[in-house]
Amino acid sequence: MKRRVEPGLYALGSPTADSAVFVSANYTLSFDALRQALAGREAWIVVLDTAAINVWCAAGEGTFGTDELVRRIEETGLKQFVGHRTLILPQLGAPGVCAHEVQRRSGFKVEYGPVRAADLPEYLKLRRASSEMRQVRFGLRERLALTPVEVVGASFFLAPIGVIAYFAGGWLSVFTAIAAVLAGTLAFPILLPWLPAKTFSVKGFFLGGVVILPFLLAIFLRRPGAWTFKMESALVHILIFVPVTAFLALGFTGSTTFTSRSAVKREIYRYFPIMAWMFGGGVILAIVMILVALFGSRT
Amino acid sequence: MKFAGPLNTLAYKPDLCTGCEMCTIVCPHGVFGMNGRKAEIVRYEACMECGACQKNCPFGAIAVDSGVGCAFALMKAALTGKKESCS
Repeated sequence: MKRRVEPGLYALGSPTADSAVFVSANYTLSFDALRQALAGREAWIVVLDTAAINVWCAAGEGTFGTDELVRRIEETGLKQFVGHRTLILPQLGAPGVCAHEVQRRSGFKVEYGPVRAADLPEYLKLRRASSEMRQVRFGLRERLALTPVEVVGASFFLAPIGVIAYFAGGWLSVFTAIAAVLAGTLAFPILLPWLPAKTFSVKGFFLGGVVILPFLLAIFLRRPGAWTFKMESALVHILIFVPVTAFLALGFTGSTTFTSRSAVKREIYRYFPIMAWMFGGGVILAIVMILVALFGSRT
Repeated sequence: MKFAGPLNTLAYKPDLCTGCEMCTIVCPHGVFGMNGRKAEIVRYEACMECGACQKNCPFGAIAVDSGVGCAFALMKAALTGKKESCS
């Protein structure tokens, strides 16, 4: 999949010296969203080299930034193509771009357009964005769009965990592992606003706890062995797999549009140790149970 | 182990504000609003510390310790000692 657009100056239609200049990232989805929003218009597009990363993330990294913009204006010779000195940037480029510095260094005034390219036609009527256009959305549609990436990203870890789970606990443990990972990567993003508690971690613990219930029931109903063995087995599954869901939930902070570093830091300090202790305790208990089963006295 | 930090690191000095409205334009969460000729924080708790307001305030009236609000990036940065990053 080719996601990179060659950085530089692009002409949309047959732009003149009076046509508006838009700035975008060299990530195909960013560039295409802009082109689609401007379909049928004459415009110039300056594509920055953001290493094929979208505008917002690149702005956070600084690659969609003041230096790159000023350099790209020089390199493309933009001043020879347009008579005016105004650039329209996506609003989400603002974390990387210092508008007044761009003006001082390049002579171009930076105007921040709306968050979403689709709102550009409306924006261009008055050159003003409504407060609705200025805010990022993170509704069900946006969260759903993220789930494939989350699931695929976690499945790399799932494969080795699944193999270990199979040899340690059989298919039931494998299914529990799959359920825990899907809970954290598929169910969590969808259910995010409706899960109880404020923090991602606690929401994750809750979801993980709910998802594991049928597997605990299966342990008690389907597994052979003594009552104490079943209790221990259930405990191992809780200790290992509930924090897996919680950890994936904590990781989802990186995919949202609203978590601050301060809040995430606080969550990591408060809840990551709990996840680590549970998981570690569960693994040790599992090893002990396996050793006892293999070498323990059968009296 | 407890992290007793503030809700976020956003700090604003109204004395330095000239009412250019830039912060109200760049903020993706409507944290700033206008009160007469000066900006004011209207949704402090919604700040995600992206740093757009600080970067675009020509008068240095806003300070925020910006960074990525991503647990994996923060943990990776803590482990490797490198600057936190999304990649």
